[in-house]
Amino acid sequence: MSLDSPKEPAIELVGIDKKFGAVHANRNINLTVAKGSIHGIIGENGAGKSTLMSILYGFYHADQGEIRIFGKPVAIRDSQTAIASGIGMVHQHFMLVENFTVLENVMLGAEGGQLLRKGVATARKELKRLEDDYGLEVDPDAVIEELPVGSQQRVEILKALYRGAEILILDEPTGVLTPAEADHLFKVLRVLRDQGKTIILITHKLREIMAITDTVSVMRRGEMVATRRTAETTVEELAELMVGRRVLLRVEKGGANPGKVLLSVRNLTVKDSRGVTMVDDVSFDVRAGEIVGIAGVAGNGQSELLEAIAGIRKPASGEIFIDGQPAAGIDPAGLRDLGLAHIPEDRHHMGLVLKFEEYENSILGYHRDERYGRGAMLDLDAIRKDAEEKIAKYDIRPPNARLRTANFSGGNQQKIVVAREIERDPKMLIIGQPTRGVDIGAIEFIHKRIIEMRDAGKAVLLVSVELDEIRSLSDRILVMFAGKVVGEKSGEAGEQTLGLMMAGIAA
Amino acid sequence: MSTASVSLPAWINYGVIPLLNLVLAFFFSGLVVWAIGENPFEALQLLLIGALGRGEGIGFTLFYTTSFIFTGLSVAVAIHAGLFNIGSEGQAYLGGLGAALVALSLDHYVPWYVTMPFAVIGAALFGAACAAIPAWLQAKRGSHIVITTIMFNFIVSSLMNYVLVRLLIVPGKMAPETRTFLEGGQLPKLDWLIALFGGRLGAAPLNFSFLIALVMCFLVWVLIWRTKLGYEMRTLGISPSAASYAGIRYAKIVMITMLISGGLAGMMALNPVMGASARLQIEFVGGAGFVGIAVSLMGRNHPAGIILAALLFGILYQGGAELSFDMPRITRDMIVVIQGMVILFAGALEYMLRPAIVRLYQQVTGK
Amino acid sequence: MDYFDIFISILGSAIRLSIPLLFTALAGLFSERAGIFDIGLEGKMLASAFASACVAYYTGNAWAGLGAGILTAIVFSMVHGFASITNRGNQIVSGVALNFVAAGLTIVLGQAWFNQGGRTGQVPPEGRFSGIVLPGADMMRDVPIIGPLYANVVSGNNILTYIAFLMVPVSWWVLYRTRFGLRLRAVGENPGAVDTAGISVSWLRYRALIVTGFLAGFAGTYLAIAQSAAFINNMSAGKGYIALAALIFAKWKPVPVMFACLLFGFLDAFANFMQGKSLPLIGEVPVQIFQALPYILTCVLLAGFIGIARPPKAGGVPYAKER
Repeated sequence: MSLDSPKEPAIELVGIDKKFGAVHANRNINLTVAKGSIHGIIGENGAGKSTLMSILYGFYHADQGEIRIFGKPVAIRDSQTAIASGIGMVHQHFMLVENFTVLENVMLGAEGGQLLRKGVATARKELKRLEDDYGLEVDPDAVIEELPVGSQQRVEILKALYRGAEILILDEPTGVLTPAEADHLFKVLRVLRDQGKTIILITHKLREIMAITDTVSVMRRGEMVATRRTAETTVEELAELMVGRRVLLRVEKGGANPGKVLLSVRNLTVKDSRGVTMVDDVSFDVRAGEIVGIAGVAGNGQSELLEAIAGIRKPASGEIFIDGQPAAGIDPAGLRDLGLAHIPEDRHHMGLVLKFEEYENSILGYHRDERYGRGAMLDLDAIRKDAEEKIAKYDIRPPNARLRTANFSGGNQQKIVVAREIERDPKMLIIGQPTRGVDIGAIEFIHKRIIEMRDAGKAVLLVSVELDEIRSLSDRILVMFAGKVVGEKSGEAGEQTLGLMMAGIAA
Repeated sequence: MSTASVSLPAWINYGVIPLLNLVLAFFFSGLVVWAIGENPFEALQLLLIGALGRGEGIGFTLFYTTSFIFTGLSVAVAIHAGLFNIGSEGQAYLGGLGAALVALSLDHYVPWYVTMPFAVIGAALFGAACAAIPAWLQAKRGSHIVITTIMFNFIVSSLMNYVLVRLLIVPGKMAPETRTFLEGGQLPKLDWLIALFGGRLGAAPLNFSFLIALVMCFLVWVLIWRTKLGYEMRTLGISPSAASYAGIRYAKIVMITMLISGGLAGMMALNPVMGASARLQIEFVGGAGFVGIAVSLMGRNHPAGIILAALLFGILYQGGAELSFDMPRITRDMIVVIQGMVILFAGALEYMLRPAIVRLYQQVTGK
Repeated sequence: MDYFDIFISILGSAIRLSIPLLFTALAGLFSERAGIFDIGLEGKMLASAFASACVAYYTGNAWAGLGAGILTAIVFSMVHGFASITNRGNQIVSGVALNFVAAGLTIVLGQAWFNQGGRTGQVPPEGRFSGIVLPGADMMRDVPIIGPLYANVVSGNNILTYIAFLMVPVSWWVLYRTRFGLRLRAVGENPGAVDTAGISVSWLRYRALIVTGFLAGFAGTYLAIAQSAAFINNMSAGKGYIALAALIFAKWKPVPVMFACLLFGFLDAFANFMQGKSLPLIGEVPVQIFQALPYILTCVLLAGFIGIARPPKAGGVPYAKER
């Protein structure tokens, strides 16, 4: 699809098609992006956006289709051809060498000769020029692993510009930035656009699309379903195009009836593996029968907070009580005995062992229970029967307890985890990013189960970077910024208010 | 189109591909045989006859198989927990000391079937002890277990050298070895087993430890797939972060796994020390620890596969010995070459043929 | 002999014993910094020793022997690369396999071609690298302290020894002052960063392995036709593993590697010296302790008791683009 545009097209994708085995990641994609514009590509997880951009950057080869850059057909065989065609990519997970300096990272691949000495001098000068022109300030001799995330991203952008990129692709760039850093990034992008650069922004955040893009395309299940001028569309229309039907942005729920305090966190401080303080003297309570949501941009300490409460990470100081019992520093098995259940943020690497069969995952964390075998032995029949009951109750598809977990879809995998944790009838449930990479149907199912837990008198602590999810489920909302709880609001609080707090601006 | 994401049926993954890799290993080994002037096919024939042709040959083959089952199980148990134990050579060597000490203490006083269980425990304990320090270093200090177990192979070698040359040597004799054990310290031969199939054991030292090895196969299977500890080991081996989430303690599992692994390797010593030579000799392990790595990989770290792979290497060892009589240019070291080739093709080059097989499979089945 | 003479003698011996370690450890440095774990250094050393001895025996030309040794080691490196890089196989398994192949092949071929129980024939003097007397060595011999040091330790070594020490600054320069070195260090830490910069990860790693083979070839050649005059069964005797230990001990940096190898060489020389001699109180020190010392030291180092050893981040992990 294309729009009338007086500007010449920078990128034309014609009939791009790509399969990975049985998965049809890109179906006959057509896309035109005008030069000197910011084009957004939006879609849910698994819609095919990253695959498409990987093809553009030479990481994958399309099975069919043609790519034209500035009107000329180009065969992009690898990253080198892509870079030579003027395409630069800023990845979601930074491609930086952590123990190199900024200068070394920018130079890598464009050293300007076999001996480094000359290249270093040239690079230093050029880097200064880029920093001044586009406002991307960073110390060239700083070591990457010592820089904050926002600065690391700037290095990624500098890398692309250093190689003369005319087209910049940014993949989910604001996931790790505070709202202030994100605004700064958008400023930089506008400067780049006004200087004639073409920018493609991949994101699943509707708000960003509306804020910064000139045009937007929507991808769903591998297809390019629509292209619009941003000024001529709305958040609602885009959301509907993304999922293909009217989306209920809110979950139906009744009022909360909070009882006694089941989780108590007092002056908790948690440091990460480098000794950086990620959770800074945090205190709060969660009562039976309520859902407390922790809002915040990723990287402000929520993950470390969850890990500390779940016993995976030892806190540096402070106390945690579960139903009055001291819980800080106790390992996850002990915490489960105390009545804690944990749906982790990362189901692929923590919540599940993908190589295991489904029934083996249905006991992960609870495998020592007498129910699953007496003494040291496992009772496979009992385990499988239990797994099949959960499959039926949670409508997990395909309903096969012997199937390898990797073969289930994201939503069904998450249901396996949710079923396992909820069916234990815990006193307290802590949840991280419950619907990341999960399809709409499963999202609704999971949200309903969380409300049910709360109505049954359990205490629920919910951490999510999706503000909509927090606002639709929580009875109380705590906002985390830079490791501290900067404010508490009721579940009815407005987006603006919360957004400001998330950005570190006092309530 | 990418072949990596196409999944093949189990019989191809576990049957055809390993078989093809084996054929490749033999092909390249055959080239070496041809290069030194012998006929590879004739060599193969002599090898097979030497290994399986007579009762005595089968006896020797199974004798070697026994050692390889123990070391194969040792490596397999560790691999399931994600640990690469290269130290079974040293663990088996030290296990021999454990078995020998028991035999030397008890052989005057009690019959073999009383000595045997203590010897098993002694061998296993000493083997586990050899694995304990590398295990602790990995569990508590994060030191790479591959390197530390290799280091301990050498440390134990020096240690045992000292023990045999200075401490346990028979006064007046030259050879660095202990005295010969009496009958109370020996494991009986399995002549009756060979007789069951109509053959004669002859001089082959196939002994009771073969049966112990088979029992260990069953116990290892139960451990890995039917116990809670085995579940925790497998979880840790596949996904350390999931193990952490599930409350599985890293240090505890690493230590227990390596102790079991070391113990199994230690038990290997029962075969040559108490079942064959009836004394503790220098370097009696003779590379069996390293063969265990090949056996475990070929056998896909499963006891059933390990028995088959150990049998294969037993055939190679016995057949190779016989072969070197008829073809003196092919020495025992040729077996080491074949062993290396098998490890290379069945281990490191495991998936080399996969893309071609996927394409063939797709053409044949029309998918 | 007074103490100083003893010291000179041991020092000279230490240097001679450390050379194969130094070449091998530097070889390992390049592959490990690029993210390829190479346990097969032992096999490369052995195979190149055999190849160089054979060629030197038949041609009577030491340099031809060196060439053969280097070529052989590179071939083994390429097989290791084929297994670990192209086929993404387990690098430990590949290394162990190649060690076996080298151990067996050298004896089988040696027996078939020379019929002397696995060793090659005696290499004639023209086929060996012999000691070079540096200018002024004889003159300086009587100068106190510096004289014997120069005459017996610095001078009198074969050319491979001098090349070995030269390789230390050369390696440093390649790693830290060239484009190749920058990319090599990058690929061992984050291959994704290298890939997205448009550089081929595979080709870079293969090139690192070529350097590994090149240096390992020197090590084996030194053993066979510089230090000795023939290939003997299993003459590497675990030196490949000690070199690996030295590399880790030196935290993967060129100059510390040199010192670590000298240290281990010194231990070896000292052990030889101490054989049969007694210390006050302890009596005769068992030679086995010295034999085991390098390995014990490495374990102590790995335990983090002497500072933390931080290996290249991407070491041992095959690179695959994420799907």
